[in-house]
Amino acid sequence: MPSADGTLTGLPLAEGAAGSGAAPLPASIDALAAALAAQDYVADRRLATVVYLALKLGRPLFLEGEPGTGKTEIARTLAAALGRPLIRLQCHEGLDLAGAAYEWNYARQMLEIRLAEGAAEDRAALAARLFTDTFLVKRALLDAIDPARPVPPVLLIDELDRADEPFEAFLLEVLADFQITIPEMGTVKAITPPIVVLTSNRTREVHDAVKRRCLYHWVGFPDAARELEILRRKVPGAPERLAREIVAFVQRLREIELYKLPGVAETIEWTRALRELDTVVLDPEVVQNTLGLLLKYQDDIARVGADEVARLIEQARAAAG
Amino acid sequence: MLPSGQTPGRLAENVLHFARVLRTAGLPVGSDRVMLALQALPVAGLEGKADFHAVLSACFVSRHEQQALFDQAFTLYWRDPDLAGRMRALLLPRVNTNTPPPVKENRRLGDALFPSTRDAPAKAPPPAEIELEATLTASSQERLQKADFETMSNEEFREALRLLTRLKPAFEPLPTRRRAASPRPGRLDVRATLRAAGRVGGDWLPLRHSAPRTVVPPLVVLADVSGSMARYSRMLLHFAHLLGQAGPKVETFAFGTRLTRLTPLLRQRDVDVAVAQCTASVKDWSGGTRIAHSLHDFNRLWARRVLGSRATVLLVSDGLEHEAAEDLAFEMERLHKSCRRLVWLNPLLRFEAFQPKARGIRAMLPHVDDFRPVHNLASLQQLVDALAQAPARRVRPQALGAP
Repeated sequence: MPSADGTLTGLPLAEGAAGSGAAPLPASIDALAAALAAQDYVADRRLATVVYLALKLGRPLFLEGEPGTGKTEIARTLAAALGRPLIRLQCHEGLDLAGAAYEWNYARQMLEIRLAEGAAEDRAALAARLFTDTFLVKRALLDAIDPARPVPPVLLIDELDRADEPFEAFLLEVLADFQITIPEMGTVKAITPPIVVLTSNRTREVHDAVKRRCLYHWVGFPDAARELEILRRKVPGAPERLAREIVAFVQRLREIELYKLPGVAETIEWTRALRELDTVVLDPEVVQNTLGLLLKYQDDIARVGADEVARLIEQARAAAG
Repeated sequence: MLPSGQTPGRLAENVLHFARVLRTAGLPVGSDRVMLALQALPVAGLEGKADFHAVLSACFVSRHEQQALFDQAFTLYWRDPDLAGRMRALLLPRVNTNTPPPVKENRRLGDALFPSTRDAPAKAPPPAEIELEATLTASSQERLQKADFETMSNEEFREALRLLTRLKPAFEPLPTRRRAASPRPGRLDVRATLRAAGRVGGDWLPLRHSAPRTVVPPLVVLADVSGSMARYSRMLLHFAHLLGQAGPKVETFAFGTRLTRLTPLLRQRDVDVAVAQCTASVKDWSGGTRIAHSLHDFNRLWARRVLGSRATVLLVSDGLEHEAAEDLAFEMERLHKSCRRLVWLNPLLRFEAFQPKARGIRAMLPHVDDFRPVHNLASLQQLVDALAQAPARRVRPQALGAP
């Protein structure tokens, strides 16, 4: 997310506007849970406690868990609930400092050098001018701690496990002190620290040095009551009876040994699909045809055969009452 | 160093003590985490036991596996029915409390949680070395290179272990998407070039180049420790330990009837202590074998976490699975698809007239990249050489097995 305005001049790092435009932080865990619920995020008490702590202590929040359990969503919801911009850094292999923090605008620097040649400018003055804010392209990390920001943002570092290990080392300075040192320029430090949320799907272990600086929380699958509440909020048009059956079905599906258990995101997608198909109650044929929305491995779909589906529907109906 | 201003009373002491119990239990809880917990508790967490648990858990746990241990320790340590009341009482100034110090309780807790830690060091004395006759003659060393591990005497086995440490493992480097400065012309590193140009005032451009950085691919050892394989597997554990010291990340698992992860135990520097700990912790050492079942567990629980897409897997097994050959083929295919190189080490290959007749072996063979013997030091040396080279990917050992 490069900032297009090159309006900062001189030494912008020492000055900058005070971060005061943000909505006040919730005063209690309950208030936070209510604020999240107002944005249709149903958090359990543990998650609310940890998020509240992260806000109060100004610590980054490290969320691990199965895909589709609402890790990324919590950052989006926080940003919306607190009235702050969301800055997202999607990690991938090969992500480096230039892609994540900042980069020099080489083309502009080259131009400047050519111009200076014409003007016969002093060499030292040129070198000093080449490495100022005007020539800096800000990426997500630097953007998030920019002292010129009126409102400290929510910084989401998504799927950190996808970045390779050397990248984690870049993060240490940002996570601990909310600052980035640019060798040519100096240290950029946030006036008011951003709210930082890191997520990981645990395709590999993230280094302890990163985790040490964060509050850790494992986001598990929700229980039936919470999942039903989530469905009611996220898919308001779905018939109540159908929603109950869906939740009961998915909860039972998660008890089977599968390679990839369906997350809440899959439940929501499936409910939307069934609503589009005008389904009122689960029946084996519809479930069979739409199972691909819940299970993403052929082995899993093969394993949950017709008999198993029929049995699960039976149980789900009984549980839904 | 306790922030006593924020948490007066005995709370700080108790949290500190709890952290120490966790540390003894193997959770890496540093004093910084304790400070964090003491900052966090007054902010949230004194409302009820659930919050208290959530706060301490967020501060002290850093991996999901640790959660079970933490929960257990938490229940044992803070088992007061009126926890909230007690927590508030603890916050009162010290003069008002007359709770006896909980020292005795904790000693019991430690014992209850970890009965074995206390006597573990005593159990593993450094093995009696055969120092005086350690240097065998050249010819006997030659013989040891070819000798089968299974038929070695204990003394020869120990000597073989010593010779094993002379192997110098090297690994085939793999290029990554990340780049590093390179003296040779390749792709231009504009950033470095411009920096260099700035240094000379932009008069000319000293070109700087970059090349892909390489990594050593991780290695995963899956060792069959059933009765017929125990001796080879013990040697392989030593070998895995050696590989681990040489550079790459090595994950080690043992399986007989079920899968056990040995990586944390093999981190121990002393190889004898490490392997002794492994054999002690694997319940089914020298028992039966259920290869398909164990591979299934590995594929389901660990493959996505330890394999990445670059890992080399060393599967040590004789492949003598008596049931579920179809399942075995399925799991092998899955394992093969989720790693870069699957090497099957089978001591049965020591027999020159070896024919892959057993159903298990026939099920596994189509899904491996490399099929090698692993019964003597010479074969381990060949394995080391093979690991240092790029895999000859398309040469499948099917020719051996196809009927």
